[in-house]
Amino acid sequence: MAGSNPNAKPMNLTLKVWRQKNRDAQGNIVDYQVRDISPDMSFLEMLDVLNEDLLRQGQEPVAFDHDCREGICGSCNLFINGRAHGPEPGTTTCQLHMRKFSDGDTITIEPWRAEAFPVNKDLSVDRSAFDRIIQAGGYVSVNTGGVPDANEIPIPKSIADQAFDAATCIGCGACVAACKNASAMLFVSAKVSQLALLPQGQVERKTRVENMIAQMDKEGFGACTNIGSCAAECPVGISLENIAILNREFLAAKATSNNLA
Amino acid sequence: MNLDAKIPEGPLAEKWDKHKFNVKLVNPANKRKYDVIVVGTGLAGASAAASLAELGYNVKAFSFHDSPRRAHSIAAQGGINAAKNYQNDGDSVHRLFYDTIKGGDYRAREANVYRLAQVSVNIIDQCVAQGVPFAREYGGLLANRSFGGAQVSRTFYARGQTGQQLLLGAYSALSRQIAYGKVKMYNRTEMLDLVIVDGQARGIITRNLITGEIQQHAAHAVVLATGGYGNVFYLSTNAKYSNATAAWRAHKKGALFANPCFTQIHPTCIPVSGDYQSKLTLMSESLRNDGRVWVPKTVEMAERLRRGEIHVSQIAEEDRDYFLERKYPAFGNLVPRDVASRNAKMMCDEGRGVGSSGLAVYLDFSEIIKRIGAEGVSQKYGNLFAMYEKITDEDPYKQPMRIYPAVHYTMGGLWVDYNLQTTVPGLYATGECNFSDHGANRLGASALMQGLADGYFVIPYTIGDYLAQTPPKPVTTEHPAFKEAEANVRTQIQKLMSINGTRTPDDFHKALGHIMWEKCGMARTAEGLKQAKAEIQQLRREFWSDLKVVGVNEELNQTLEKAARVADFIELGELMVDDAYNRNESCGGHFREEYQTPEGEALRDDENYAYVAAWEWRGDNQPEVLHKENLVFENVKLTQRSYK
Amino acid sequence: MSWLSNALTSSIGRKIIMAVTGLFLCSFLVVHLVGNLQLFKNDGGAAFNIYSHFMGTNPIIRTLEFGLLFGFGFHIYEAFVLTGKNRKARGSQGYVANHIEQNSPWQSRNMGLLGTIILVFLLVHLYNFFYRARFGDLDPDINNNDDLYTLVVSSFHQWWYVLLYVLAQVALCYHLIHGFKSAFQSLGLTHRKYTPFVTYLGYAFSVLVCAGFAAMPLYFFFLQ
Repeated sequence: MAGSNPNAKPMNLTLKVWRQKNRDAQGNIVDYQVRDISPDMSFLEMLDVLNEDLLRQGQEPVAFDHDCREGICGSCNLFINGRAHGPEPGTTTCQLHMRKFSDGDTITIEPWRAEAFPVNKDLSVDRSAFDRIIQAGGYVSVNTGGVPDANEIPIPKSIADQAFDAATCIGCGACVAACKNASAMLFVSAKVSQLALLPQGQVERKTRVENMIAQMDKEGFGACTNIGSCAAECPVGISLENIAILNREFLAAKATSNNLA
Repeated sequence: MNLDAKIPEGPLAEKWDKHKFNVKLVNPANKRKYDVIVVGTGLAGASAAASLAELGYNVKAFSFHDSPRRAHSIAAQGGINAAKNYQNDGDSVHRLFYDTIKGGDYRAREANVYRLAQVSVNIIDQCVAQGVPFAREYGGLLANRSFGGAQVSRTFYARGQTGQQLLLGAYSALSRQIAYGKVKMYNRTEMLDLVIVDGQARGIITRNLITGEIQQHAAHAVVLATGGYGNVFYLSTNAKYSNATAAWRAHKKGALFANPCFTQIHPTCIPVSGDYQSKLTLMSESLRNDGRVWVPKTVEMAERLRRGEIHVSQIAEEDRDYFLERKYPAFGNLVPRDVASRNAKMMCDEGRGVGSSGLAVYLDFSEIIKRIGAEGVSQKYGNLFAMYEKITDEDPYKQPMRIYPAVHYTMGGLWVDYNLQTTVPGLYATGECNFSDHGANRLGASALMQGLADGYFVIPYTIGDYLAQTPPKPVTTEHPAFKEAEANVRTQIQKLMSINGTRTPDDFHKALGHIMWEKCGMARTAEGLKQAKAEIQQLRREFWSDLKVVGVNEELNQTLEKAARVADFIELGELMVDDAYNRNESCGGHFREEYQTPEGEALRDDENYAYVAAWEWRGDNQPEVLHKENLVFENVKLTQRSYK
Repeated sequence: MSWLSNALTSSIGRKIIMAVTGLFLCSFLVVHLVGNLQLFKNDGGAAFNIYSHFMGTNPIIRTLEFGLLFGFGFHIYEAFVLTGKNRKARGSQGYVANHIEQNSPWQSRNMGLLGTIILVFLLVHLYNFFYRARFGDLDPDINNNDDLYTLVVSSFHQWWYVLLYVLAQVALCYHLIHGFKSAFQSLGLTHRKYTPFVTYLGYAFSVLVCAGFAAMPLYFFFLQ
């Protein structure tokens, strides 16, 4: 009972899905058929159908990460037909709908690939490297309580808006997955430029960028070569301008900070 | 059991300050001798974990997500209320308090709500200091907007992503404490049981979702910040992983569960499009400022629409029934959530619903598009319109949105006293996980406020009071209670894996959701609730005899996780039905068809039901026992809500 | 000075070296092109040979040559290091299906390939002209300067040599289209007002410089 379009025809699809038992196991692509897929389904609902079929047949369902299914939690992370989050621009996997595919299509589904994102199982990967980068300095060091009134520091609207644009990153890792170099620069730059733009971020401005970049390198992400795949695939439109800001911040910090290490 | 809410004496406005002075303190050098477990890293959990670690306590934080930043608080759209009165429009702590009590249909505790309003102002200061990019005016000061149930503009927001920005703020504070080593973070780790030693909460049993390892964790106190239980209904605006397991297992270990039947149904969600539907997506309440809600005047016309014989644009103006404007001329399309939801359901029950399923009403923007143009509308609601189009493949600039109510939030939760302590000493509940502040209906933009109030500004004080009375001796997992709890967890996992039946966890979950939605959803009757109880009990028997789980415990097994959560949802669902059956009145989100005014509005019974219904678990297949905490209203007058 | 080596060996530090050396090499291209335009002067190579004599003997130019050597050296070295690191970061298991061409320009993804073509060309070029001019035994021209001009003209009458030159210039052009604006990005020199200008300038620079260089072998092969 398709809701929006009563004439939408159900589709039959061939899925080529990466299956891998655990982190250390060898993985491989396995072919599955799914039938009667409504064009109004989301991509993950299509996978739900596959998983329910598998389970009923006594086979293990395909593990994948997902949660809010509204495009904001950043959990879902599928590499679909050679593209991070699939072919639609500005869309997370959970917001991709099957009407973007056609009856008879073959769809290849893989996990994010990067040395810093090891596969947990099937399509689920470990993105804790992102957390560790934030822990290295992606915050303003204020304790609860004892802060000034919220209106004490006026912030020009244009600056606040620009900071918001950077802060909107959902931490899904599509930038790393899409990047030829598996670089995490877009992710790191979003946080660095958000806090570099705001007055609250000034106190720790230099140490923040130094520490976050050091952690980023330690995690084994690649270096940015300004290809632009990251921003093109970013579901929330984080701009490459942030990477330039990050470079600038890093250069300025290294040149002028008191840090001798 | 005597339910003592421990509300401080004295005038309402002085209670919290007095209480803060009267609570016992732990001296700074001793704080590092105490361990605190925080389960959940949403707004309430992350803020609590960070704040407690800043004070010096050793915190262990747990999240079943791969990162604390993914908790479902992130999906909150609209905003966060605070009594800042930056707009000079007459707001005050007392007004926020009053609006919240009234909005909750007089079923919340005065003292808790007043404290919530008091600390609301500190939340905004704290978040701004963390670098949360709230919306600002051209002069550089913070902007506000108005929300349902209030006549002042007190809602702070960050576009349509306020929850995300607030959570990332709390997550950053948490990350800082993780870096300092004051918080030990356990990602992809799910709490499966509470451990009680000598009557006090002393730890939890967890399962590592990647390796399946079952672990014991000891602490001097445990804070549950595990969110709500809206997913009992299967379809809701909650995230797919949102579940009641931690809270429910604490309940089974002795924590009373309060007002489980108080669920909020949000009127403006994208309707179900098919049986495959996995979750529902909210369209912000703000749309009702400019959208007009209608259905066709006749059933015949609605039927032709549903069959696709006519297009919505072919329905003439005089054949449209703007039912909210017709029934509530004073408030029109801006009636509170519960009223709007119930009326949409009534229209669909009459057979006048639209969409192929007939379970939708129109939210029409043609008038405002005519008035200010598509460009102007895009500036106001562009991202929502785009999201709607992505999901439905329909362009809301050209034809009305189809919307239908969906389960959104649960006001009920673990019973807590003024200190946010449950009936188990040393076990605390914060945020949506507890029941305390929203009564029978939550106002928009108040969930974020409560989560952060509890975590940043309440629990750091009140948990100290408890810890100060606990000897600062190291706690270990030596006690047999840990072994016993772990054995129980293992037994349950074993049981789930060995049934080897034919039905999947999702299959049972959908069946439960169907029962709950039909009989314990927007409108409830004693008869329906009785049937629901029998059906749920039957479902429960089938679950334990016909469940199918494959794979092993020792690796990532999402079917196994799901099965355990569904088992708890089924039990909780039955309690919700019991509670709804017990409450012979209509109030807020709880509408019993037998109790309504001649005009069809909710009819409260303050004489007999002005109490918190707190339920005590008495063992498998034993009826839960009801305990009552009478609500005393000294500062507001109880009145019938009217929006005519 | 550990802070300096730490800074320069970080991922951004290496990028900054790539950017600085890259821009420096761009400036070299301009000087080289302007000088080589002497080839078009219809004087039997006299002006060109004076110019090449000057370049080969002037002490300032000879000193700057070391700078150029370092520029090339670091640019190439960092390219190898970064490529190695980035390959490692990408991981051993590649994508089964990868349509990266749908989200990024070809030249941006193939700077290593383009750079290698340019490097091969550079070695041939250096051997054929630079080495023989500096260390070889070229006949003197009428002004008693080494007659590099005649060597150039004879080289540019061999079709495979012309082809190599033109191909190398195409590679250089694509290398510059990405590299020029990329250098500004890496140095953080972006601004909403000026970056569009830098982008256009990068295109114009890449096409004009490479067309200028490519015009020389083509001119001699087809017109002389």
